[in-house]
Amino acid sequence: MRGFLPVWLFKGRYFMSVLLTRRTLLTSAGVLGLGLLAGCDNSPRLSFKYGKDLSNQILGRTFKLTDSQGETKSLSSYRGLMPMIFFGFTQCPAVCPTTLARAAQAKKLMGRDGERLKVVFITLDPERDTPEVLDAYVKAFDPSFEALYGSLEETAATAKEFGVFYEKIPSGSTYTLSHTATSFVYDSRGTLRLGLSQSLNAQECAEDLLTVMEVC
Amino acid sequence: MNAHQRPSRLKSALLLTSLLGLAGTAGAATQVDNAWVRATVPGQHASGAFMDLTASSDSKLVDVQSPVAKNVQIHQSSMHNDVMSMQQVDAIALPAGKKVSLDTHGYHVMLMELTGQIKVGDKVPLTLIVENAKGEKESIKVQAEARALDAPDHSMMQH
Repeated sequence: MRGFLPVWLFKGRYFMSVLLTRRTLLTSAGVLGLGLLAGCDNSPRLSFKYGKDLSNQILGRTFKLTDSQGETKSLSSYRGLMPMIFFGFTQCPAVCPTTLARAAQAKKLMGRDGERLKVVFITLDPERDTPEVLDAYVKAFDPSFEALYGSLEETAATAKEFGVFYEKIPSGSTYTLSHTATSFVYDSRGTLRLGLSQSLNAQECAEDLLTVMEVC
Repeated sequence: MNAHQRPSRLKSALLLTSLLGLAGTAGAATQVDNAWVRATVPGQHASGAFMDLTASSDSKLVDVQSPVAKNVQIHQSSMHNDVMSMQQVDAIALPAGKKVSLDTHGYHVMLMELTGQIKVGDKVPLTLIVENAKGEKESIKVQAEARALDAPDHSMMQH
């Protein structure tokens, strides 16, 4: 990308405005699905400081779920954005709110780059999580967050596709769920890149998320 | 108390006052700090309560009751290979003098089948039943403040 810009632009007071222009170009190109032209790094492996490189794994390519407006969503719905997918349920007292709060904080830490982060919460408990509750729940963390749900079969197929483990644990007259707490991050072309474990904090996540953005 | 009255009457009185102030129950042997409940959105049926407990003698938390939930349980969550598991437990051990934190990483109180939405700032009444080594039960009433759904877990901040 830099090759296209006259060298003198990088000097002195023009530097900042060029950076802004470059970012705007990258963002608009990404949104248009022109990632390749904007200089995407096709390297098969990435080096993250905290998270796990998942570049060599193919997960989540075929799921189709429903958002709270009733629209069907698949991975390609998020092209041009950086989707971060997390599985959970709204009756989860600890790990789900902590992870969503961490995502909201990381998005803020990323500044303007955070606008491209799209947090997608997939419920593992579609029997109890109605679209209304799901929508209110994720938006309590950040208005841009989105929740998806499916039938029991669709949920099971989606979790299997991601290698996400979940299991109902009977608890008196009700139940809770054990589940994988990894957040899956894709680049703007829909290539899986990063797995963020629950133990990382918002700052660590933000750093790795910015690494994904540098790629595409 | 009589034996100590002459040498340290003031000290005893102060200690008693502070105990009363902290636990709100005369003769309370367990101190409860930083009790809070995570607020919910309308229609959400469960939430968690978190706090720090310090017992003066070896004890255990055996039960929790609250008018906001039809079903209150003590749970333990654990992480293995980034899989979060939650299990109901019968009790939480409270070793003498040791602060035991009920937080998002380990033990917590599950408020299930909520009777309504818990809003930020609500004071959620909790009654903790703590049993000491002699089998004596102590009932501690706590007003846990409802914090925002996205409130950071304070132990998480220490990372």
